[in-house]
Amino acid sequence: MQNDGEQIAGQYLRMQAKRLLFVAVLSVLILLLAVGSTIIGSAGLTFGEVFAAVLAGIFPGMFSADPLAFTIVWDLRLHRVLFAVVAGFGLAVAGAVMQGVLRNPLASPFTLGIASAATFGAAIAIIFVPTALSGEIALVISAFSMSALAALAIYGLSRYRGISAESMVLAGIILMYLFGAMTSFLQYTGTTEQLQAVVFWMFGSLQNTSWEKLALVSLVVGVATPLLVWRAWDLNALGMGDQVAQSLGVKVEQTRTLHMMVASLITASIICFTGTIGFIGLVSPHITRLAIGGDHRYLVVASGFVGALILLGADSLARTILAPQIIPVGIMTAFIGIPFFLYLFMRQKEEYW
Amino acid sequence: MNLEVAGLSFSYEDHSVLSDISLEVKGGELVGVLGPNGCGKTTLIKCINHILVPRGSVLFGGQDVARMGSTERARLFAYVPQALSIGMAMTVFESVLMGRRPHIRWGVGEPDLGMVSEVLERLKISDLAFRKVTKISGGERQKVMIARALVQDPSLLLLDEPTSALDLRHQLEVMQIIRSVVNQKGIGALMAMHDLNLAARYCDRVVVLHRGRIAGQGVPSAILTEKLIRDVYGVSARVGREDGYPLIVPLESIASV
Repeated sequence: MQNDGEQIAGQYLRMQAKRLLFVAVLSVLILLLAVGSTIIGSAGLTFGEVFAAVLAGIFPGMFSADPLAFTIVWDLRLHRVLFAVVAGFGLAVAGAVMQGVLRNPLASPFTLGIASAATFGAAIAIIFVPTALSGEIALVISAFSMSALAALAIYGLSRYRGISAESMVLAGIILMYLFGAMTSFLQYTGTTEQLQAVVFWMFGSLQNTSWEKLALVSLVVGVATPLLVWRAWDLNALGMGDQVAQSLGVKVEQTRTLHMMVASLITASIICFTGTIGFIGLVSPHITRLAIGGDHRYLVVASGFVGALILLGADSLARTILAPQIIPVGIMTAFIGIPFFLYLFMRQKEEYW
Repeated sequence: MNLEVAGLSFSYEDHSVLSDISLEVKGGELVGVLGPNGCGKTTLIKCINHILVPRGSVLFGGQDVARMGSTERARLFAYVPQALSIGMAMTVFESVLMGRRPHIRWGVGEPDLGMVSEVLERLKISDLAFRKVTKISGGERQKVMIARALVQDPSLLLLDEPTSALDLRHQLEVMQIIRSVVNQKGIGALMAMHDLNLAARYCDRVVVLHRGRIAGQGVPSAILTEKLIRDVYGVSARVGREDGYPLIVPLESIASV
């Protein structure tokens, strides 16, 4: 009898080891891809040149590098690569949290109106703020505040009916359509150039990253993720239904509100710089759940690694596949992620949600 | 520790569901809550667990349940709801491990794992440990929910119709498990149920609700009479005896006559 018990506990511990292995493998892949992605490009730099440029940037004076290589690496590529990693991570974390807290496999920042609100905000800035007045800052602020507004509106609307998963999903879908319609209306009234700019924004792109933006997004993701992981048991308990969660000591409404707000904040802070990069927040958590199961103590962070890998992979492809033309990364994410997802989906017959 | 409920009332807006309920559950005692559909059994259990907030007083071990913190309450009461829905597809092991949530911070220690294994063993569902909860039968799933509640190491078990969806064998198994846990650990259990014969056989006392009020409480043999069954359920029944327990044979519904 005792042996059986120890065996079962042992099997559980092996499952945990498997989860850590999954994250470790992903980190190695991300690192390799990041290195590769910094090297590839139309300038035709070699590994040695890039390596020297990176070192010269980190230890100024101790290493010397070709000035052109230095400029390309530090001013163009490195922050873009790192931004892809951080943004992919953040979007996936937000998706995992939203799916968990709403117990809904279709929940993501994009199905809940957060992204449509950002698009609307961007459209306002594109159409009403003359580009001469430094359109980009206005665009970022406008996109971010609309997303934040959408998050507050979801909270406000669902408060009316009690903050249940269903009412939040419904409120989110209503907002998605509302902001979608308002964006369409703006596009209808705009000029051809403005319309094009809005559409381009909706594709999502990492074209305009910078070290400052990277720092901002890293700060948000870096503060929010540990908070979400720390509260992971609450997410697990919510998976068993509100009442069981409550009987396990979870403050259900408070938890749901906090998690939704934090996930929305992460999303807003990323997509206000990139435009709508869909799909990652929806699919990364599914891929992760298929691979390592649904315990949010691991799922949240592991999803982040999957998201980082997908976005970085997508951006690397987007930069090279039709080089020197760069395809907006939002178009590529699905092409990269879906084969991965399909493979796991077909292989794993067992229900995973 | 004893549960003492005094003058408990609850209403949804202006619709009164429970009025003036007073009852007690002592440690080591299994108390059945009986009554027809809609009489307030589920509401009563939720009120005690503070999922709903009633008027009146609910004390446990002399302490006011309403004033406890959510984690403190979760260490004392374990709740198994009626619905068999379990949400996301976790493994049986993980679902049961969830019962440790009120006792741990983040990491899972060896004592926690040991407890889960032990309870799975006790309920004879060890072989299901790494199956998904969505892939097992209703009876097995109910045992998983009870296992989760036991791992919570509570001082009071609150169970809402744990046997209603189960076949004959699982009904008896579940009742035997609960009875033996109550006896061995000396904890109290309050259990909403429909089957009068199971209540007569396994409960120390029963509380019968009718239209949100107590229609009678006491030992089953004193309470489960032909008259009470007619008044409360609208059913004529014959009450005999078997093995020293009352045996209820329902005859026909007289409510519609």
